[in-house]
Amino acid sequence: MFRFLVRRALGALVILLIISAVTFWLFYAIPRDPATMSCGKNCTPDMLEQIRKNLGIDHPVPVQYWDWLKGVFVGRDYAGFGHCDAPCFGYSFANREPVLGTILDRLPLTLSLAFGSAVVFLIFGIGTGMIAAVKQGKWQDKVASSASLVASSLQIYFVGYVAMYFLVAKLGILDNPSYTPLTENPAEWASGLLLPWLVLALIWTANYTRMTRSQLVETLSEDYVRTARAKGMSSRNVFFRFAWRGAMGPIVTIFGIDLATLIGGAMITEYTFSLQGVGRLAVDSVEKSDLPMLLGVTLLAAGAIVIFNIAVDAVYALIDPRIRLA
Amino acid sequence: MSTTNPLLDVSGLTKHFPIKGGFPIKRTVGAVQAVDGLDFQVAEGESLGLVGESGCGKSTTGRLITRLMEPTGGTISYRGQNITHASRRQLAPIRSEIQMIFQDPYASLNPRQTVGKIIAGPMEINDINPAGGREARVRELLEIVGLNPEHFNRFPHEFSGGQRQRIGVARALALNPKLIVADEPVSALDVSIQAQVVNLLQEVQKELGIAFVFIAHDLAIVRHFSQRVAVMYLGKIVEIADRDDLYGNPRHPYTRALLSAVPEATVDENATARERIRLTGDVPSPINPPSGCRFRTRCWKATEKCATEAPPLVQISGNKPGHLTACHYPETADVIPAQRLSQDPESAA
Amino acid sequence: MTSTDQQPFLSVRDLKVHFSTEDGIVKAVDGLSFDIARGQTLGIVGESGSGKSVTNLTILGLHDPARTRIDGEILLDGQELLTASERTLEKLRGNKMSMIFQDALASLSPYHTIGTQIAEVYRKHTGASKKEARARAIEMLTRVGIPQPDVRVDDYPHQFSGGMRQRAMIAMALVCDPELLIADEPTTALDVTVQAQIMDLLKDLQQEFGTAIIFITHDLGVIADIADDVLVMYGGRCVERGTKKQVLGNPQHPYTLGLLNSMPALDGPVDVPLSPIPGSPPSLLNPPTGCRFHPRCAFAEKVAGGKCSSAQPVLEVIDGRGSACHLETSQRDALFADYAATAGHN
Repeated sequence: MFRFLVRRALGALVILLIISAVTFWLFYAIPRDPATMSCGKNCTPDMLEQIRKNLGIDHPVPVQYWDWLKGVFVGRDYAGFGHCDAPCFGYSFANREPVLGTILDRLPLTLSLAFGSAVVFLIFGIGTGMIAAVKQGKWQDKVASSASLVASSLQIYFVGYVAMYFLVAKLGILDNPSYTPLTENPAEWASGLLLPWLVLALIWTANYTRMTRSQLVETLSEDYVRTARAKGMSSRNVFFRFAWRGAMGPIVTIFGIDLATLIGGAMITEYTFSLQGVGRLAVDSVEKSDLPMLLGVTLLAAGAIVIFNIAVDAVYALIDPRIRLA
Repeated sequence: MSTTNPLLDVSGLTKHFPIKGGFPIKRTVGAVQAVDGLDFQVAEGESLGLVGESGCGKSTTGRLITRLMEPTGGTISYRGQNITHASRRQLAPIRSEIQMIFQDPYASLNPRQTVGKIIAGPMEINDINPAGGREARVRELLEIVGLNPEHFNRFPHEFSGGQRQRIGVARALALNPKLIVADEPVSALDVSIQAQVVNLLQEVQKELGIAFVFIAHDLAIVRHFSQRVAVMYLGKIVEIADRDDLYGNPRHPYTRALLSAVPEATVDENATARERIRLTGDVPSPINPPSGCRFRTRCWKATEKCATEAPPLVQISGNKPGHLTACHYPETADVIPAQRLSQDPESAA
Repeated sequence: MTSTDQQPFLSVRDLKVHFSTEDGIVKAVDGLSFDIARGQTLGIVGESGSGKSVTNLTILGLHDPARTRIDGEILLDGQELLTASERTLEKLRGNKMSMIFQDALASLSPYHTIGTQIAEVYRKHTGASKKEARARAIEMLTRVGIPQPDVRVDDYPHQFSGGMRQRAMIAMALVCDPELLIADEPTTALDVTVQAQIMDLLKDLQQEFGTAIIFITHDLGVIADIADDVLVMYGGRCVERGTKKQVLGNPQHPYTLGLLNSMPALDGPVDVPLSPIPGSPPSLLNPPTGCRFHPRCAFAEKVAGGKCSSAQPVLEVIDGRGSACHLETSQRDALFADYAATAGHN
């Protein structure tokens, strides 16, 4: 296990380095100068030069990348901001705020959104999928299958606005989406996020229903499940200890990737409910040509995917003894 | 029988599959010794049977001589030409002469192609246009393998398992091959169908003079089909001989044990009970094969010598020429009682 | 001979198993009857689609009830199984009757150790403690010849070789001393030398425990080795039954005769073609009319009036011996002798 983690951590580092380099290169491939953008209307060449120096972009691209990389590992000195301790992801071109601080500010909301909706869609998705698989071909299965087909083709912005209109504005059952830190007031934290959780979870629930059903239909017809029945195990035992055990692996794999994607930012959801999370930050940084912020958000998203991938492999090995980590 | 000018000449053929491992950088830390130093020849028009239990390397051998796999060592010569590491282009003219028939008639035919297209495939790939056109040739081939020539437009799923295997045979015959490697061609078929396919292959072999390497685990079918038989164990040939010598006078303890384990559908009380040798344990792993003789861990005759010294595959005293055995302590007695052997017109000769 | 007891241990009467599929009704088993006595081995021979596996899954109640229609009776020691509740069946399965399957790797759970899988059957049916069940699992592994059973008990199936997996499967099936063991092609996936070991093991265990065994196989050689009585199935019906000696030594149905003659023997003549049965096994969706074997039968024309294609032959069993064929008994001996002579493989 230790060897596995070390090897995979090294691999992850390489991947993140490549991603950061590619992002850097892509950013400058677009003919847009961040200095000009923040210089304003009455811009003189001298001012421009000064801005470049302050932002640390007065060097060729490879040197800039090297400076940025150094900043991440050992910290760096900016002409405009002074010393920045490692890990230094730089300062926003747009509002001159430190990148790391901004992301850490936004992250709790994004994590709350991701984990909260994950709890909802896992419970409902897997539960419904199990019922559909057990009642294969019966009305329960047909209802679950068609409902999940409809739900998975819905779009968040549509469902989101409709839900806000009816549940919040018309009926007043739910609170207007807002974010209160969990540590401040757990009740407000939950009530403010309940609507986004439910809307986000609705669509994902549909996916997990279908996935759980199809995995279980497959494992229920496995020979070892038949053997378990042939030796007199009760139906409940056969279902949970044998069929579900076999279906879990693929579901865990997909869930790991899905959760990582959500942590990278549920952009549309955040926009729909006017929440200031990481996804929103990512879109804004693209719009404003804010390279340091964009790099930070990209690495967060990539890092989440890489880390969850490693976690998924580790969990898979726990579920399935045939998998050996090396 | 080592012919002076064999069609296929295999010498020292070896295939090791590397095992990756190590830390922090993965490297080769061991090898699965699937095939380890095989020597045999196949004469033109001859049928060589390759028998052995799972993991003995017989299928790997088939894939090596058709060059579907790259050998790790040794040489393969086809008509005197060394093809061991021949490139794709060098192999092109030979590919049409060496064909393969696979075990699973369901998996080895493309379900989206018509039978006509499947059979014509080898002609297309090698850009061969027979006189009268490819379609006429396909019809002719269908007829040869006992299928309705009008069915060339149908898809594989419309045929039964036995018929599919016939399609596989037709495809193998499309380019007038000189050598066919048949890897368990009947073991996936129903018992009542197996004989149909065996007969077809035998007709093809005799009438078209095609040499066969017939790979199977069923000793009775191999005996019926092959003029010469090689018995493999853990990547090595332990015994090779003419059919009658091998089945009538097996000298290697493993050959003998294998023959005695075959259950026969007879209830004739007059027939002398066949010898029963029960091997204990399982075939060891080819990753760490036993030292010396690889069979020694299951052999009732094994001594110190067997652990230290690998027995060479040689003609031992009492054997006819061409009957080679790799054993320090070969068997002597006839395994099949003489009384029953005499009913066999072949062995009377 | 079926039984010397007053009542057979297992009795199957006019069993019909029909599946509904998208393409229509599959008549997998169509009127099958047989008995088996305690301590006896019944060999069931048949090819794919003959209904031999379906029959035995039905005995254990392992079919899919939603898609299956079953008629007939199955009496195990006087108890009707087809109408029994799922709870009753659960108590019988793995306890009074158990089953071993062909593909031991697929049939053992990859997620649980061999020991757990054996022990849980024992705990379920005897209420033993975890510790007792584990000890029993080790005892069973010892009994079926697994080396170092106290260590291997904690291995997973993928750490076992093919032969050992089948041994573990047998240990699991026998842990509660069942009175009926159904073995569905248990040696088909194994090498011959390992097959021989497993067959010897089954015979030994049967001697020791007096288990009745239903041994399903397509291999007549295996039948010759292990069975007392033989039942030959074709297209969902029984075409011939009798003692091993009767069926293999003096077959009365053209299908049995054809099977016996189609396979080469280790000491048969070479350089003559084999005598295959022409055609393919029937589709159970659309079985042939009359005798289901008639399209492939060498003697269908010898029966007057095209009876073979119009009327289903009746299986008449006297003293456990019978065959379902329209040929007159007197006709049969001469015709079959000729056939065997031309086939020349006996």
